[in-house]
Amino acid sequence: MTGIAYDAVIGTIAIPAAASLILAIVPSWRLAAALNVLASFLTIAVSAVLLWHRPAPTKLILIDDLNIVFLLLNGFVGFTTSVFSASYIDHELQIGHLTPRYLRFYHAMYQVMMVGMNLALITNNLGLMWFGVELATLSTVMMVGIYRTPASIEASWKYLILGSVGIALALFGTILIYLAAKPILGTGMSAMQWTRLLHHAPALDPALLNVGFIFLLIGYGTKAGLVPMHAWLPDAHAEGPTPISAVLSGLLLNVALYAILRFKVLLAMSHATIEPGILMIGIGLLSLFFAAFMLYRRRDIKRLFAYSSIEHMGIIAFAFGIGGPLGNIAGLLQMMLHSLTKSAIFFSVGHIAQAKGTQKISAITGLTTSHPLLGWTLVAGVAAIAGLPPFGIFTSEFLLITSTFNRAPLLAILLGLGILLAFGALLLRMTSICFGEPSAGAHPITASSMPIFLHLGVVLFIGLALPGFLYAWFAHVATLLG
Amino acid sequence: MLSPTELFSSATTLSIAHVLAGALVLASFMMLYQNRLSSVINVLALHSAVLGIAVGWQAAIQHAPELYITAGLALGFKAIIIPIALQRIVIRLGIHRQIEAVGGISLTMLAGIGLVALSLVVMLRTAAHADALAREDVALALAVILLGMLMMVTRRNAVSQIVGFMSLENGLILAAAGAQGMPLVVEISVAFSVLIAFIVIGVFLFRIRERFDTVDSAALDAFRGEAQ
Repeated sequence: MTGIAYDAVIGTIAIPAAASLILAIVPSWRLAAALNVLASFLTIAVSAVLLWHRPAPTKLILIDDLNIVFLLLNGFVGFTTSVFSASYIDHELQIGHLTPRYLRFYHAMYQVMMVGMNLALITNNLGLMWFGVELATLSTVMMVGIYRTPASIEASWKYLILGSVGIALALFGTILIYLAAKPILGTGMSAMQWTRLLHHAPALDPALLNVGFIFLLIGYGTKAGLVPMHAWLPDAHAEGPTPISAVLSGLLLNVALYAILRFKVLLAMSHATIEPGILMIGIGLLSLFFAAFMLYRRRDIKRLFAYSSIEHMGIIAFAFGIGGPLGNIAGLLQMMLHSLTKSAIFFSVGHIAQAKGTQKISAITGLTTSHPLLGWTLVAGVAAIAGLPPFGIFTSEFLLITSTFNRAPLLAILLGLGILLAFGALLLRMTSICFGEPSAGAHPITASSMPIFLHLGVVLFIGLALPGFLYAWFAHVATLLG
Repeated sequence: MLSPTELFSSATTLSIAHVLAGALVLASFMMLYQNRLSSVINVLALHSAVLGIAVGWQAAIQHAPELYITAGLALGFKAIIIPIALQRIVIRLGIHRQIEAVGGISLTMLAGIGLVALSLVVMLRTAAHADALAREDVALALAVILLGMLMMVTRRNAVSQIVGFMSLENGLILAAAGAQGMPLVVEISVAFSVLIAFIVIGVFLFRIRERFDTVDSAALDAFRGEAQ
């Protein structure tokens, strides 16, 4: 039994790794796109095995209730994005934005990114987690710059520099955690294992843990797009190919937050004097308000939704900062729903930008008239991301605000205010994009809307009837998070 | 002849390690006040050479032969190959004599002194219970990291930013080598070297592209469309 489980864990790394090697040499881009979809499908299939057969933690591998959610989400969004990407790049080739030569590179990097994220999720080792996040970042840096326009190269440069400083600080934090663990757990690999660290958490040097956590929060927080380290995020989303915007918002931000969560658990179990919750609440509110105000001044449709991702990362950081069973459930639910909704929005935005030939908000109007399907899916997506019922994000935000009211009413008011501010901005932009006189310029769009419907369907379903097993699962994970 | 444990705990070995770490901080300061690109790169070569010696010394006193790989990487790759490549880039781009506006050298130096004081105060206090070798090394390494960040924010030029990032990374390697027995140090230093090679190659390629590809009218059209 356990044999299957270990094979499955290895598979989540090995399949994308092998796929990236194959995709690097496949000359035909049509075949490559199909292989990309196939590899992504195999990865999610293998991850699903872990639902039934879970391996016991080893030195390198740790599968528990917390990371299996993200592993499955990663596989799912990775798969639907690969389907979207196939139709997206088809159009980009036709209008000459991309050349087949770059596509080989693009597909290989897509799978390298999946390797990095899955590695960061499944590993039991702090150093390997850091390495996985770095790998995922570097591969996305290269994909952001793939259009080779001055703007996209500038965006990927900014992402590279800020991301590198982020990973550097995260590594310094990791070294400090190691120094804290070394006297207790001995030198070498064992002092970097989550399971052993957690087991001995109360004995670790609190001062080193305190300072280490601050470095880790800033370092991985840069990757998660938390203000004030967010500057790379809007550029990277706006200038790169849209499938990459979808996985950046949907997956990479989550993986970075997952890393922070792991360290938060470690701190909560130790005698560290610092309160990680307060830091996360502060940084979360800052991100929420900053992004909410910035939303009003956006002229580029992809930048608009990039800022909305910063806003949601702020809400999620806030939720885990508040903590407690309900706060954590709200945070987990929000993480999952945000990644599904935001990637669906980027799928439709990608089609819209291709249909209209522009990303400028002022040049896109009356979508529901000119492209009813695209227009209405965007309306649904924006309604979902802004937190309107019956979509799932309403549930998680409602849960968060009510649970915060019980514990800190003032913070709940601030949170509500921030969410309302962002809601107003999104609604304002959505009405101008989707309704009114349709603007000129329309390429026919033949792409399948299946991924969009799939994502929004799940979000709607969770909003209408949160399945009992999912709630029970989240409730269990929430107790782990403390 | 001292036995390994005696050698490790003896005051001389420790102070040599600390002198080397201190020299790295000093090299970071030298970098801050250079205003010509080619001299910035020369200081980077010095910085990496000091790191190589410091890590080599750590390898010797910790009896950790794998650290010699990291030391060799610093001495060969970061102190020789990368500086030569960067010098060639700046000459190719015709910016080697360019004087960068470094917004008030004295102010930057003052900020640097503040950062060093901050990192010593914070780290010596937090790592009070760690062993002496790790404590001082981590404190000085944090100073090098912060000075590298200062370098990155005060410069606008891509090459100076790379140099700032490399000095930051040298500080990290120093911290990782000083944390006795830390696993994956060699792998991490290799990963960073690959990252730096990518950055340098990237800059090299894209500058050339900017210079020659824009005569293509299609590229110009695309550029006009992108303008906001």
